[in-house]
Amino acid sequence: MSELIRCANVCKDYVRGAESIRVLRNVDLSVEDGAFVALMGPSGSGKTTLLNLIGGLDSPTSGEIEVDGLRLDAVSARCLARWRAGSVGFVFQFYNLMPVLTAERNVELPLLLTGLSRSERRRNAALALDIVGLVDRGRHKPGELSGGQQQRVAIARALVSDPRLLVCDEPTGDLDRETADEILALLQTLNRDLGKTIVMVTHDPRAADHAVVTLHMDKGKLVAPVHRADAGSEDARSVA
Amino acid sequence: MFRQTFKVTAMNLRNISSRKGASSIVVVGIAGVVAVVVALLSMSEGIKTALQETSHPNRVLVMRSGTADEITGWLSVAEVNVLRGVDGIGTVSGELVVVVDLVTRETGRPGVAVARGVEAAALEIRPELKLLAGRWFQSGRNELVVGVNAGDTYAGLDLGRRVSFRNRSWDVVGRFDAAGRAHDSEIWMDLPTAQAAFRRDGVVSNARALLDADSDAAAVSARIGQEPRLRADLVSERNFYARQSQASTGMLESFAYLIGAIMGLGAVVAAVNTMYSSVGARSVEIGTLRSLGFSNVPVVVSVMVEASLLALVGGLLGGAAVYLLYDGFTSSTLSVGSMSQIGFEFAVTPRLLLIGLTSALLVGMIGGLLPALRAARLPVVAALRSG
Repeated sequence: MSELIRCANVCKDYVRGAESIRVLRNVDLSVEDGAFVALMGPSGSGKTTLLNLIGGLDSPTSGEIEVDGLRLDAVSARCLARWRAGSVGFVFQFYNLMPVLTAERNVELPLLLTGLSRSERRRNAALALDIVGLVDRGRHKPGELSGGQQQRVAIARALVSDPRLLVCDEPTGDLDRETADEILALLQTLNRDLGKTIVMVTHDPRAADHAVVTLHMDKGKLVAPVHRADAGSEDARSVA
Repeated sequence: MFRQTFKVTAMNLRNISSRKGASSIVVVGIAGVVAVVVALLSMSEGIKTALQETSHPNRVLVMRSGTADEITGWLSVAEVNVLRGVDGIGTVSGELVVVVDLVTRETGRPGVAVARGVEAAALEIRPELKLLAGRWFQSGRNELVVGVNAGDTYAGLDLGRRVSFRNRSWDVVGRFDAAGRAHDSEIWMDLPTAQAAFRRDGVVSNARALLDADSDAAAVSARIGQEPRLRADLVSERNFYARQSQASTGMLESFAYLIGAIMGLGAVVAAVNTMYSSVGARSVEIGTLRSLGFSNVPVVVSVMVEASLLALVGGLLGGAAVYLLYDGFTSSTLSVGSMSQIGFEFAVTPRLLLIGLTSALLVGMIGGLLPALRAARLPVVAALRSG
């Protein structure tokens, strides 16, 4: 498998007033294409910051981040936005759906940034909803759906432009156990059957168990990865 | 880019209902600004109309050189007779314009009315004047014929009543209509009687004349200038009333714009606050869109369009309120030229409504600009975290 994500000596500082706080300290990470990685750690350990850097939502203070051959730390904000539109899908804890749009239109949103025609966009949105098992809920607005269904719509939105990478920030943090397991099973399916590389931040060890590799962070540093042998795939060796 | 801008803007507009409270502050604030500005300007427009509609293209005033109004000027009767002989001048009416103290009906307080002593030719020169009731005054008698506005404005001017001023009692024998023009606010009487009552024997304030149909005003004016027995200037009615209306409305318009600017500043502050809170309420949405790859432009446009739309609604409401409440409403004010009351109708014209809507849009756009820029500069991560 080829390397999809490479972080080298990445540092991230946040400035608050006169104070500069180092959130990430010399992080080195390599994730192969098709991996399913869980990032765990206590609050403030830097896991969401690292996820944001990998997703191109933020820039490192120093170090290199390369995803799918693109140096994210070296491109303009406009270029990063274009890259996000086509190469990465985001799944948020609170779904972040547009309340005034139906599920179909929410899923279609990223495709507005492409040159696809309206009929092509609608067809792809319907396909993404079908993958997450919600094709019959396309005309419903988020307020008319359960939490689990909203997260499925959010996953469909992340999938619709067919990115290689999905970054998920606490995707089950707002769901009950049973619904969380369904969402995690869906993510596993996307990883195994569609080959999506998934990086997931979670506080929940049971959620992390669905990943192939669990990385722990503490005080802005990565600690040794835990490989799940029962994942039964070569992905168990996909993180260094 | 257009597609994403359209989509984000439409989405934002559909979301306004969730921010009804804050949005209504902008709408009401801007409606207030537009209502006040348009109401004041419609007053000015009404005064202009009342004064300028009095003019007739072929009618002129011949006034003492250097005088700007009818009250302060004077010509001798001999000069008026010389004027009658000037080539190009048709019918002439020497007129004495004075002010009289009366009591206003509305307040019961003393007010000043314009009285005009005229010759019989005055009616020939002003064919638009119609006698509504009673009869015209008779020469040599203390009789008055009052314009409709004057009759409504001052106490004691009802038909058949007797009113006193200048130590004389005057009978109101008629009521005339000057079709909404300045003369509607005047009291007319016989010229010799007026000269005697106001001790202006042998003198008039100015002469009103009709030019011959084929004569040129500039040429006639030149001939008057060359006539050594006349120390007078010819002014077309159009120019005279334009000057008068400028004097009466200039201050009013300046006041309208000053008040509008002060209120507009308040509305801008309200709009800025509202749009900041709108951007705050939308920050997760903005962050999400940006994370999906949307650029800043649709975000900026959506905020600006929201602010402009709220302002437009406010402007329409304010304009509609003024139109419904004030358009055609009759009132009177002090004319700067004659220091007398002049009747007019508020005129909420399309031009004024356009000024109101433009001002509203300006307030909205200024109010939306800073929040729009803030929304555009908001880091994606910070926007997402604000939820």
